[in-house]
Amino acid sequence: MSFVLIAEQILNGLQLGVMLFLMSAGLTLIFGVMGLINLAHGSLYMVGAFAAAAIAGLTGSFILALLAALTAAAIAGAMVEMVVIRRLYNRDHLDQVLATFALILIFSEGTRWVFGSFPLYLDIPSYLQGPVSLPGGIQYPLYRITLILIGVVVAIALGLMISKTRIGIRIRAGENDREMIAALGVDISKLYTIIFALGAALAGLAGALVGAIQSVEVGMGEPVLILAFVVIVIGGIGSIKGAMVGSVLVGLTDTLGGVFLPKILQLFMDISTATNVGSSIASMAIYILMGVVLIWRPTGLYGSRL
Amino acid sequence: MISERHINFLTLGLLVLIPLWAYGVDEPFTITLMTRAVIFALAAVGLNLILGIGGFVSFGHAAFFGLGGYVMGILAWHAQNYSPLMEWPLLIEGTKSMPVIWVLSILLSAFLAFLIGMVSLKTSGVYFIMITLAFAQMMYYFSISWSAYGGEDGMSIYVRNDFPGLNTLDPIQFYLLCFVILMAALWLMSRLVKSPFGLALNAARQSPQRVQAVGLDLHKLQLLAFVISGAITGLAGALFADLNRFVSPNMFSWQLSGEFIVFIIIGGVGRLFGPVIGALVFVGLEHFLGGISDYWHIYLGVILLLIVLFSKTGVIGLIGKKEVHDD
Repeated sequence: MSFVLIAEQILNGLQLGVMLFLMSAGLTLIFGVMGLINLAHGSLYMVGAFAAAAIAGLTGSFILALLAALTAAAIAGAMVEMVVIRRLYNRDHLDQVLATFALILIFSEGTRWVFGSFPLYLDIPSYLQGPVSLPGGIQYPLYRITLILIGVVVAIALGLMISKTRIGIRIRAGENDREMIAALGVDISKLYTIIFALGAALAGLAGALVGAIQSVEVGMGEPVLILAFVVIVIGGIGSIKGAMVGSVLVGLTDTLGGVFLPKILQLFMDISTATNVGSSIASMAIYILMGVVLIWRPTGLYGSRL
Repeated sequence: MISERHINFLTLGLLVLIPLWAYGVDEPFTITLMTRAVIFALAAVGLNLILGIGGFVSFGHAAFFGLGGYVMGILAWHAQNYSPLMEWPLLIEGTKSMPVIWVLSILLSAFLAFLIGMVSLKTSGVYFIMITLAFAQMMYYFSISWSAYGGEDGMSIYVRNDFPGLNTLDPIQFYLLCFVILMAALWLMSRLVKSPFGLALNAARQSPQRVQAVGLDLHKLQLLAFVISGAITGLAGALFADLNRFVSPNMFSWQLSGEFIVFIIIGGVGRLFGPVIGALVFVGLEHFLGGISDYWHIYLGVILLLIVLFSKTGVIGLIGKKEVHDD
């Protein structure tokens, strides 16, 4: 096992973690401020990816495609919030789960209806193709490095927005006491729509960015959504910092477990059994991580104490 | 407006008459459709205990459903290939006997529910939803990566398993078998709800502090409910695998967990026959909407959304008399 392999896998894990952060930041904000569990967040990821693929196909520009993903997901998010989600804030979690489950059905089948069942492909632009050399003799794809950078920039911007700007103050106030800030004259329903659209835009961006490495297809959002759930359960629901730490943990565990567990098991058993057993355990690694964190801290690493 | 009791009898009548009619006019497909509905109903009856009475929204009951399915799949697969399941330390053969498969599915699902419940029942609300979902997803990925039993492709079982004295390949006989099991589960449920355990569980949902204050162990109570609930859903999984003679990781899918919740909501949360009515309506919708359009999930989504937004009590509440519910 060489240093280069380990470094590459750590970078892969970071890249997955950063994309998970884009998903889970929106989820955790929406839960923190509105108290809503949103299963349809994965659909917004898918909307972003499809919008990007469609615009990239029409114009050939990757930047325009990303902008389209952000806009389409934000608009879809705002519309969904105003038509459906708004009626769910005072309902119990069961109703929220069910209504957003219904939204997934509508979004998925709607997308299949418009774009068909075949996956679309989004190409990595020529200026981001090819590997770059990193110190230590590591060759790593430029596009994946870019993903990590974009994720870090978005995370910093989000952190600054929440801690420094007026809208950030309102979001934090909304998390603490929504009746009070409504009483102080903040248009709470507009604030909710903005937060929802912001979360949706981040999910859409993640969908478009990942869409260039994988295929863009119906149902692509739900596996990521479930990983994002694991992330925010580990990090603590409602905490942006928790989402950040959680996504890096989950990204690294998932990637490193898949690569190294079979290799470690080879020390004890023959190669084919080790590969089988190792990959089976690796597929469960993040859930085991989640279980351990929950036994230790039932509300997640940065969740509020009960 | 009819009382809940009459609605239950009506449902029971439908469950008996529709398959008999289908048998009379020789429509085996309708019988199979009804069998599907009855098995789904059984799975949801299990879920209803922890969700409706216990108040914990489990979004991961497909874990038990799939486990039941795989118990049936693995045992029958070994039996049809004449290969032993295990040779050391003691020889275990596969089996095609339904009662043995059922008992094993129930025991193993109960054990899995015990493990999952130990971790997840420490939390509640939205955490519980996400954690149960995550555990079911863990089983899903595990079944995909377990290549010895088909991996992503699943396993086909060529001949339906045997039940002493019955020809299980005859649709009506297999239907009756499933129907009797569903009735047994409903009877068990009706007894359970009225038992001290059921009353305490119900009370624990409405006022956990008071239940704790009278000296009951909340965690034990809920864990027991979760275990029973998982065991019933696991049995349904074994039956479902036998109906299709096929097991695949899809039996662990999160969509299935969602559909179980949907059955309960359509029928009416916490009501004895709620899951049964919900499963019947759902399978009916699936069949008729599927005939209208390839994109029938859109209509299903819209109908669900309307149910959630505008009717809080499900079908029983909609057509039934306004009764004082225990909330």
